Amino acid sequence: MNAATATRDEIDEILDAVKDPEVPVLSVVELGIVRDVRLDGGVVTVTLTPTYSGCPAMRVIEQDITAALAARGLAVRIEIVYAPAWTTDWMSDEAKRKLEAYGIAPPGPATHETLVSLTRAPATGAAPRCPYCHSRDTVVKSEFGSTACKSICFCNACRQPFEMFKAI
Amino acid sequence: MPDATFEYLLRLGDDRLILGHRLSEWCGHAPILEEDIALANIALDLIGQASLLLGLAGKIEGQERDADALAYLRDAVELRNALLVELPKGDFAVTIVRQLFFSVFALLQAEALQRSKNQELAGIAAKAVKEFRYHVRHSADWVLKLGGGTPESRSRTQRAVDDLWRYTGELFLADDVDRAVAASGVGVDPSTLESAWSATVRDVLARAGLTIPETPYMQRGGRTGRHTEHLGHLLSEMQILARSHPGASW
Repeated sequence: MNAATATRDEIDEILDAVKDPEVPVLSVVELGIVRDVRLDGGVVTVTLTPTYSGCPAMRVIEQDITAALAARGLAVRIEIVYAPAWTTDWMSDEAKRKLEAYGIAPPGPATHETLVSLTRAPATGAAPRCPYCHSRDTVVKSEFGSTACKSICFCNACRQPFEMFKAI
Repeated sequence: MPDATFEYLLRLGDDRLILGHRLSEWCGHAPILEEDIALANIALDLIGQASLLLGLAGKIEGQERDADALAYLRDAVELRNALLVELPKGDFAVTIVRQLFFSVFALLQAEALQRSKNQELAGIAAKAVKEFRYHVRHSADWVLKLGGGTPESRSRTQRAVDDLWRYTGELFLADDVDRAVAASGVGVDPSTLESAWSATVRDVLARAGLTIPETPYMQRGGRTGRHTEHLGHLLSEMQILARSHPGASW
């Protein structure tokens, strides 16, 4: 395959096989960080946006995308953009379903309030749903978890800790 | 005068770089595991933002200095961070009170910078707004808990407010650099953020049962490179690898 003959569908298929190293159940496409793909001058240009400014997985994701496309004989250029800022609202319902099946509570809708809210309750008002027993009798223990994109929660019904993807 | 946009970006980048380093000192030492993780996460956000801001500064300067060169190869007199962020991490109360003071300031600043005429800066700011919202909530939450906690937590938190308050005035001082970037639409005049900052911070402190010291005197100097003795010690640790092994890479 080369960039002159590759189709957009073929490239999308390759990208959809590149997983987020920290949430390996989601592809970079499902995560919503692939913002654009262009084919010009024999080069595939992939435009990415980071989830968080300091996301340590970003470099690995760039390398994985480059390697996946290069393995199919394609020349790659990666561009990074910061605007518009990534939001969990770009994740598809299918992606959210996969997250829950994997054991991570999916994000609710992101809020766009400008006022500083001083409460730790999720902005939607609803407690996260436990990915194991589906109870809403849960609490957010800490908004900062094992990676920048997740919070630590606890389910009072099944007495298990679980992670939630933060809505941003 | 050096290019105002370059100077301004150094101020933004250095605030985040130095505070990010101070927070990273808690890694492995925080009072509870969740806070160890939280403070490391917040440090990561700040260092990530610093990398983007200093990278943009280097591009505008045009002297082939990248974010690493600006972070690791400048001495204390060349750094432009506010004094507040370079003070030692202190106990948990000092760290949390400083986080409240800085995060509210940084959130208001980032909200305004989303409208910057520099598109790259506007993009970095839009991303930062989402991160600072979490930082503000985290620190305010803790100030309420510590202020309303035991006599020990309350007295330590009050002492932290008393000690740090005199470093907050510098955040809102506007000089020629700030006025130039505000006039060109690239930056925001920090003095315009003070009333909103004050309202939020005073509200949190009042709800936590904490008082604000009546000291009219405010420290200043960081924006022009006049720092406390603490910054040199921080840099000697932060920069040693890059200076001992020039060009080292992963």
